[in-house]
Amino acid sequence: MVESSKISTVGGDLNDFTRNEAGEISPTIENFFRYCSERKLMAVRCEQCETIHLPPRPFCSKCYSSNLEWFKLKGKGKLLTYSIVHVPPPQFETIAPYAVGVVKLEEGVNLPGVIKLKDMKNLNIGIELIVDFETLPFESWLGRTRYYFKEP
Amino acid sequence: MLMNKVALIGAGMTRFHHSLHKDKSSRELFVEAFLECLDSVDKSISHKDIDALFISATASEFFEHQSHIACLLSDWTGLNPIPATRIEAACASSSAALEIGVFAIASGMYDIVLVGGVEKMTTLEVDEMTYALMSGLDHPYECILGVSNPGLYAMMANAYFEKYDSSWEELTSISIKNHHNASMNPKAHFQSEIMDIAKKISQKKGLKFDNEMDFLKSPTNPYIAHPLRLFDCSPVSDGASAILLASSKKAKKFTDTPVYVTGLGHTSGTMSLHDRRDLTSIPASVEAGNRAYKMAKIESKDIDFAMVHDCFTPAEIIATEDLGFFPRGEGGKAAIEGRTRINGEKSINTDGGLKAKGHPIAATGTAMSYEVWKQLRGEADKRQVNNAEIGLIHNVGASGGTAIVQIFRR
Ligand SMILES: [Zn+2]
Repeated sequence: MVESSKISTVGGDLNDFTRNEAGEISPTIENFFRYCSERKLMAVRCEQCETIHLPPRPFCSKCYSSNLEWFKLKGKGKLLTYSIVHVPPPQFETIAPYAVGVVKLEEGVNLPGVIKLKDMKNLNIGIELIVDFETLPFESWLGRTRYYFKEP
Repeated sequence: MLMNKVALIGAGMTRFHHSLHKDKSSRELFVEAFLECLDSVDKSISHKDIDALFISATASEFFEHQSHIACLLSDWTGLNPIPATRIEAACASSSAALEIGVFAIASGMYDIVLVGGVEKMTTLEVDEMTYALMSGLDHPYECILGVSNPGLYAMMANAYFEKYDSSWEELTSISIKNHHNASMNPKAHFQSEIMDIAKKISQKKGLKFDNEMDFLKSPTNPYIAHPLRLFDCSPVSDGASAILLASSKKAKKFTDTPVYVTGLGHTSGTMSLHDRRDLTSIPASVEAGNRAYKMAKIESKDIDFAMVHDCFTPAEIIATEDLGFFPRGEGGKAAIEGRTRINGEKSINTDGGLKAKGHPIAATGTAMSYEVWKQLRGEADKRQVNNAEIGLIHNVGASGGTAIVQIFRR
């Protein structure tokens, strides 16, 4: 379950999307995580060359266009590679050992993240995973909501 | 192209170690490396000959709450009022500093420049140190998701195993070789073969290991980030290294056997691992290698020996493929066959590598060129590569956001 929280981040209130002059939601990392707190995994697509950027960026690094549009990813993909972290940073000590991996999403872009399976024995390259969201027990400038991967 | 040729005229480093330097902070460590560097100049050099300092410390803000460290080190080495600048590129910091030092001389601005790096790491506990070093990763997309540095190289290893049908056993050839090389290096953190360490532990704990593999597969070698175990990871070490650079015109005044910088390759790649098409190669390394070979007008086959960035064992295998020493998928097999040992087909990490020599982050790049300096001057003792003419260093920032390749000649 995701609880809407009101942690102050760099751009201000977590729940207030920052917008450009035209009133569109800006393609920033913070807004990506604001979408996560609404349980939406979002990327931006370049309107000129159709490259998908995940994480979102303010302009297209392929064709240098600034016309980028947010869209919702299906949140489904296949595991490209993984590791099980046994010696974690302090924030993750309570959940260690935990699995992390890089997932190739159906839209063709990759995303890293924590992987949670009912039976970790099923952790293998090539397995199908879906995105879900959770609230972390620690804060950062990106708020507390994170996406993670689990079995469909 | 460089307007003027640049040479190494001196090199110094502290031993890399986790407990030996307990009483020293960054400044004392760097002074120690600097004094050895001064002493190494054949025809002697004075402080007053040095025109500028480019120095690296990767995360001194975390380890010692100390930024603005360049002028501090200039002061402590007695070099004030020369200009001192800090250069940061994660684990590739001091090779970046060496590169800037070369540019500063090649431009004609300076004749003699001191470059180097220092890292005092043991002030933090392992978990805090892990988090400090994760500042070199993409914060929102790796760090805060719990993806650690070993985790990234572990993911590369698993992708490599899958693609080339290899396994963790292949990695052990790297740690065994690098421990062997480090056993002959008085500057190395670990100066013992893995089997000697296994024997010591077995005596202390009443265990028995039949051979290296028996030890490496045991719980005594615990997982850090699966499939990587403790002996797949470079240790936490304190240390410093320093190199004196001179214009080729001035170099002869200080030594009859300078070492010349002939190739420089420095490239940036995506900071995030997930942003790469192929997770079994570091594209920035490939490109940095190509640029350095092109500038030196040589090919990978011409390299006699190389120090490559083996922060974790899979990194050495991937590096030897990225640099063109071995075909894709064959780097691990080459190591198993002994082709990368000292005076093998390609001597790799003659100093013990990051794995066994140690990896005080910002000190690593110029410690690699320290070993190249020793080898090219025939001063590497038991580690000496026969007829060493051309040496290469390969230094990677974190998981490949930065890659630096430098080529040196006698
Ligand atoms: Zn575009």
